[in-house]
Amino acid sequence: MKQFLNIALPKGRLGEKVYAMFEAAGYECPSIRENNRKLIFENEKVGVRYFWVKPSDVAIYVERGAADIGVAGKDILLEYSPDVYELLDLHTGICRMAVAAPVGYRDDPSKTLRVATKFSHIAQSYYASIGREIDLIHLNGSIEIAPILGLSDVIVDIVETGTTLRENHLEVRETVVPISARLIANKTGYKFKNEAIRALVRSMEKQVCEREKT
Amino acid sequence: MISTDILRNEECVAFALRGLYRSYGYLQYRMSKFEEYDLYVRNKSYLPAEHIITFPGSDGKLMALKPDVTLSIVRTTKDQPVGVRKVYYHENVYRSSGENRSIREMMQVGLECIGNVDDYCVREVLSLAEQSLAAVSPDSVLDVSHLGILSEVLLRAGILPEDRSELLGYIAEKNPHDLTAFCEKKGLSEEKAGWLRQMILCEGKPGEVLPRLQALFPDSAWGETVAAFGKVLSGLPQERLRIDFSVINDMSYYNGILFRGFVAGVPNSILSGGQYDLLMQRMGKQSRAIGFAVYLDQLEQMETGEKGYDFDVLILYGEKTDPAEVEAAVRKYTAKGQRVLASVSLPEQQTWGRLVRLEGEKK
Repeated sequence: MKQFLNIALPKGRLGEKVYAMFEAAGYECPSIRENNRKLIFENEKVGVRYFWVKPSDVAIYVERGAADIGVAGKDILLEYSPDVYELLDLHTGICRMAVAAPVGYRDDPSKTLRVATKFSHIAQSYYASIGREIDLIHLNGSIEIAPILGLSDVIVDIVETGTTLRENHLEVRETVVPISARLIANKTGYKFKNEAIRALVRSMEKQVCEREKT
Repeated sequence: MISTDILRNEECVAFALRGLYRSYGYLQYRMSKFEEYDLYVRNKSYLPAEHIITFPGSDGKLMALKPDVTLSIVRTTKDQPVGVRKVYYHENVYRSSGENRSIREMMQVGLECIGNVDDYCVREVLSLAEQSLAAVSPDSVLDVSHLGILSEVLLRAGILPEDRSELLGYIAEKNPHDLTAFCEKKGLSEEKAGWLRQMILCEGKPGEVLPRLQALFPDSAWGETVAAFGKVLSGLPQERLRIDFSVINDMSYYNGILFRGFVAGVPNSILSGGQYDLLMQRMGKQSRAIGFAVYLDQLEQMETGEKGYDFDVLILYGEKTDPAEVEAAVRKYTAKGQRVLASVSLPEQQTWGRLVRLEGEKK
């Protein structure tokens, strides 16, 4: 009999995509595809319970053991450094963390750089690694308007297609780190549901490899 | 005699562990809640806590509420060229935890074995770690790693000292994808990257993992290192023991065996320990040392199967009820070991198993 697994999925398109991978790995839960507002879905037969949670909260659910495994973006893992295992790169939800500035912006290295971002830790680590002094401005959203309104010189944010940047007359100056969705596991859950989790990782790894080939 | 019914789970465990350590000849070490801040500044990277509570002492020296016990024990322990000094402790430490970094008081029970630490001492400490976990829960796992083996693999793969920390981070995360990307970025051969990946993949019961570790390199020196690791682990209950190289700690303080314990129902490790000969050297001591701590505060999260109400019996008496009658009723139930609350009104937001009404007249 399979061990019961609690899985935290990020709400939204990425969550739906990775659910299909879990389903293909034998952890189907048909009720999750019903159109309703429920957040918890269970299939006792295969021993799985899924939760839809805010993408940035997945790592918290996993770190604190409410979920045995989950799917979180590398951006969240780098920003919050949760104490979890990072078992697999799912090669989906691919984007990058980048420094962007208004088109034509000229950097003056003799001045402190004003950086607006939601990802304070990532931005601080990046600029510390290149030895640049910054004035960090933590924002919670609409980061793109910060340089337009003169609040900051540059932004550090996630860039997927670059459309939002272009529409706001911004351009990518540097890539900080590539981002993709990662399969993460709670450390205790990994010890006590080891066989089930490892079998799941092997199945999903196979799916990733097959997808990469096509 | 104290009934275990009135003790919280972590208090019961603390008493059991103190008895266990005493039975192996460990003596209790008592210490002050404070230490000079200087001790922690000099060994900041040894500490798991980033924030330390400080205050000025009466002589103007900056003092700190202790965030760690081991440093205090090491500081006051004289070198022991022959034999070992074995101590256990049951103390509170003050550490920041969680995202908001609020400082919490945490209860720890642990032990240290300092001096001429031999193979028996290492086995004994590992055995006590395993027995400590078993005292907490039958569903426990002790993960054991060996920094000597890990260092040797890093050395053979030609990892530069400045790249060690990043690479060890990937091994600690069991993160083979970023480890592989790191190896590609550093121009390591596929063979060397494979050795490093084995530090993630070689996990599980010693009987399964040790032969795979042995097969990693053909030379006799490697074979002897792995065999010595296996010898330390032999004799311990294999069903609760796992080799896992993701158990990593600062290599400038720790060496040799490292271990971490988990119990079902608690999301984080509840036990952590290892050999710290290098910390001893940094503090000017020649002795070797090994020890561990059990984080009792983590046990609050365990399901203990306690009754789901506050009192077994609620005795409700009226204003005219004779106090002697109330007292007699209370004694009747407490004599049976039940928890009783006598009250003139129904207590708010509290629960009870049985309600007894006493509505007699005052005599």
